[in-house]
Order: sequence, then structure tokens, then C-alpha cells
Amino acid sequence: MRGVNLSYFVRRIGMFFLVIFVAASFNFMIPRLAPGNPIGAITSRMAQASAGIENGQAMFEAYRKRFGLDDPFYIQYSKYMWNTLRLDFGESLSAYPAEVWDIIGPAIGWSIGLIGTSVLITFVLGIVVGALLAWKGTPRMVRALLPITMFGGVLPYYLLAMLLLYLFAFTTRLLPMSGAFDSGIPKGLNWPYISNVIQHAILPALSIILTSLGGWALTMRSLMVNTIGEDYMLLAEAKGLRRGRILWWYAVRNAIPPQLAHLGIALGYVVSGAILVEIVFSYPGLGYQLYMSIVNSDYTVIQGITLILAISVGLAVLIIDLVYPRLDPRVTYVAESSG
Amino acid sequence: MTTATASNPTSSPAESPVRRAVRGVFTFFNENRSFTSGILLLLALYLFGVLGAQQISPDMADMGAAPLNLRPSAEHPLGTDGLGRDMFAVMVVGIPNTFKIGFLAGAVGVLIGTLIGLFAGYFRGYIDTIFSSFADVMLVIPALAILITVSAYVRVVTVELMAMIVGLLSWPLPARLIRAQTLSLRNRLFIEVARLSGQNDFEIIIFQILPNLTAYLAAAFVGAVSSGILASVGLEVLGLGPQNIPTIGRTLYYAFNYSALFKGMWWWWGPPVVTLAIIFTGLFQMSISLDKYANPRLRGSTRS
Repeated sequence: MRGVNLSYFVRRIGMFFLVIFVAASFNFMIPRLAPGNPIGAITSRMAQASAGIENGQAMFEAYRKRFGLDDPFYIQYSKYMWNTLRLDFGESLSAYPAEVWDIIGPAIGWSIGLIGTSVLITFVLGIVVGALLAWKGTPRMVRALLPITMFGGVLPYYLLAMLLLYLFAFTTRLLPMSGAFDSGIPKGLNWPYISNVIQHAILPALSIILTSLGGWALTMRSLMVNTIGEDYMLLAEAKGLRRGRILWWYAVRNAIPPQLAHLGIALGYVVSGAILVEIVFSYPGLGYQLYMSIVNSDYTVIQGITLILAISVGLAVLIIDLVYPRLDPRVTYVAESSG
Repeated sequence: MTTATASNPTSSPAESPVRRAVRGVFTFFNENRSFTSGILLLLALYLFGVLGAQQISPDMADMGAAPLNLRPSAEHPLGTDGLGRDMFAVMVVGIPNTFKIGFLAGAVGVLIGTLIGLFAGYFRGYIDTIFSSFADVMLVIPALAILITVSAYVRVVTVELMAMIVGLLSWPLPARLIRAQTLSLRNRLFIEVARLSGQNDFEIIIFQILPNLTAYLAAAFVGAVSSGILASVGLEVLGLGPQNIPTIGRTLYYAFNYSALFKGMWWWWGPPVVTLAIIFTGLFQMSISLDKYANPRLRGSTRS
């Protein structure tokens, strides 16, 4: 790949695994370092509960054995790492026979669908708004309206989510209050179901879009200020190109690459960024499942989800770093020896 | 700031240093209206907490201290919630707690970040490599994920512990900022002069480099407080914060759990939402003002 040589590639991949390793280690250590020993608490709760049951003690022993709680520390640690590497998070504690993946899998789909789409919409809107803010030729009317997009930025997104929910779902009942779809409608690729899903997604998506649009637009604006000052803009003007062409194909085109890098990272944060929005709307994505697993003290699911969060961000940053020299030829890692 | 004061024609050379400092501070506030209005917003909110505390007895914020679900009235200015707490009392007690978590967390994060950034940037070498890689790794791992895991297990009980946990995870960003500045300062001429005049490394770091980082430290601190409050409120809304101690996030958590939104009890979820909006507006205004000093390249372009 242009701009990326083998040693950079290897270093970058190594960094990715280091991130996963550190995140997984946190996941492994925290329960064992926490005061009150939650694993002990769970097993003793089980022991108490099973006291009335025949062979309760044997069941308790089997449980400890099954989860390897009597193994020495380093064996537990390496087993844990091996399982993490295979993305095997084990069984859910609260919905016992279910695997952690049975819970996480569908949730990932909903999260990516809802938040991925919202981030993409915000990205495009942010570029347009930011470009128009920086451009001299923007009509005064439009220019006066643009700063309104910044308002949402001061509120944390979950607060805006609450307000939207109150206004559009509770007070006026224009849109559904919670969930991702109504249970009465058969699932499938038919219009009633799809439109139902879209209706449910509008409010959570709006709360993400409105709160993050300002930030995207502001960065785009300052990037535009830089490209507008470049010599090729003067040349384009001297050539007598139409203003629209100069704006979109010269100024905006050259301001976009850093925004694309932000987009990659924002997509990586898709899951962790909107945990609370999902909770407000009871949207069955990863954030909501995380909340439910905290409520149910389902530690294996908590660990699985937090690890997925770390992996998705790590992966996004890795991909952007490797692809970026292609997007922006001014950037290269080949000749550079960074320390 | 000092150059601005020195070039000020009204300041006479005979002016006492105290007066000059006061004048400098005044000029700063006058030139940075957005910073001033931001800090005034936060002060006003804090004063609400302090003055409000004179009006109420704090046990009105305990559960069952008042009748349930009352609309705002003369007796209960912000009504009561579904747990029988006087909402005015809850806000009065909760606001300082939320401030406390934010400021403590910000202070811890910036302190650790500054120390690491200074030493890594000044001494370079393997110290730098180790700390920078660690900071990079920590920047990638979403702090909220770790915070949730920690709080899910530890079941935080005190405001201070909460602040500590949040603060311990917010050092990488300040560390990076301070390291980058230290790197660019360490080769300047005045550092060379200080070294030739016999100052050792620690004196140089403390007396030469640190004073030049004031603007960055202030910007980093405001940013850290902001993200500290954001993170801690987020955790509290999940029900993971200090329990039985009123905080803004905890109030929202109860409001969620008792469906205040669907019962039309706007006086339950409204006050914490408005409070948070004020806090974040204030911090945002302060930070854009400070960015101008911490990132001089923005100075020309933000003036519109």
C-alpha cells in the first residue's frame, strides 16, 4: 500500500494487539482486584441458594471447577487471554444456558444500524454546514441559519434524547417511545416492518445527529479556512471556474481527508458513544444490553461488551492509520522515522 | 498576559505587583468575554447550591422526607419526586457534589498527565517511549468501558472514590498535550541559558518549562473537568455512581427508573437536565476561550 511500508504495518498491527491485550487485562484484573471479591460473592450466593437443594454443595463445586476458579492465577489468566483471542466470552450468568454471543450478536446489529447510520448522516451534514460556514459566497440567509446547528452541541446527547422523547413521543405521540420495532409486525423485508423500524430509529438518531453536528461542522469550517487560503484556490479562480465547482471540487475536496480520519474513529466509538441514548429509548443495541447486564450483575456479558467496545475502537483506528496515506497523498509513513 | 499589561499605557512602572496582577486578571476577563460568562455561569450555579443550603435542611433530600409526587408549590419549590424527596433540596445538595466529582477528577487527571508529560517530554529516551505508548494505548481503549467495568464491580459509595476512578483514567490526553509542548520548549534558547547558569533538570522543569505551560494547563484542566463530569454523570445515570448521596446523575437515574418522563413529572427530570445544560455551556465557553491561548493557530480563524 502506498505510504505504508512493512515495518510500519507490523508496528501498527502490534499496537492493535497491545490495545486488545491491555483492555483484556483490565477486564481480567478488575473483578479480581475489586474489594468484596465479586466472584466470591456470586459463588457464595449460589452456595446459599443451593443449600436447600439436594447435592447443592456438589453443584457448587462443579461450578467452581467449570469456570476454573480453583486454578492458579497464571493458568486462569492465560486461559482467559486465549478465549479472548478467539472472541469466546463464555456463558451468560443471568440467562445461564445462553452464550454471551447470543446476547451480544443481535445487539451489535441494532447498534451498528442505528448509530452507524446516524454518524454517517452527521458526517455528510457536517461537511456541508462547515463548508458553507467558511465559504464567502454563502447567501446571507443561509449563513444566519447555520449557527443554529451548534445549539445541540452543548447538551450531552442523552439529555437531548430525553427532551426529544418528552416532546415527540410522550407529549405529542408522533413517534414511538421505545424499542426498535413493534412486536405485532412480522419481521422480514417488507415495507410495514421496515417503516416501523425507521420510525423507531428517528428519535434516537436525531439526538445523536443534533448533538454531534456542531462539532463536525466546526472542524470542517477550520479545515476549510486552511484550504481556502491555498494557492490552487487562486488558480481555480483565475481559470474562471464556476463558484460551485471551486467550492466543492477544490476547497471541500481537499478539506475532507482529515474529516474521514475522524469518521473512522467516530464509527469505532459507535457502540460506546451512544450507550445512554440506547438506554433512554430502550433500543436493543449493545448499550442497552450493557445496562441490562449491569442491572442483572451479569459479569460475563459486561466483560464481553466492554471488550467489544475496545476492539471496535482499536480496529477503527488501525484501519484509518493504514488507509490514510491513500486518502491523503500528502501523508506518508515511509520516509518518516517516528519515535 | 504580562506583555499586554506592560504595553498598557495606563500602568505606571511604580505600580505594585499586586495591583499589576489584579489589572492583568481584569484585562484577561475583559478580553475573554466568553471565558468570563462561562465561569460566571458555573459560579452562579455553585452559589445556588451554597445559598440554597441555608434555606433547606439537607435531610429533605432523603427518601421519604416529604409526600410523594407533588407538583411544585410554595412549600416545595421544585416539587417532590416519587421517592418522597424534596427536589429543591436534592438539587441544592446534588449540584456541589457533581462539581466536586468533576473538579477532583479533573485535578487528578491533569496532575498525573502533567507529571508524565513533563518528564516524558523533557527526558525523552526510554521513559518517553514507555509512557507515550501506554498513553496511546489508553487513548484508544474507551474510558467509559473501563469505568463501567470498574464501577460495576466496585459499586462506588463515596463522591471522592468516584472522582478518583474517573480521574485516574483521564490522564492520557493532558499527558500528550503537555509532552508535545515540553518537547518544543526543551530546545529553546532560554532553557540552554538556564542550564548554563547552573540550574539542574528539576529546576528547569519547574521554573522554566512549567510557567510557560500555564495556558495549556488551564485548557487541559477545563477539558478534564468537562469530561470528568460527563463521564461521572454518565455512570450515575447507569446507576453506578455513589449511592444514597444526591448527585445530578443519580437524580436522573431515579427519574428514569421511576418513569418520571412517562408520568409527566417534568419537575423531576427537568431540573437535573437544565443544570447539566448550564454546566456544559459554562465549561464549553471557558474551553473555546482558552483554546485561543493553547492553540494560537485558531486565533486568526475564529474571529468572524
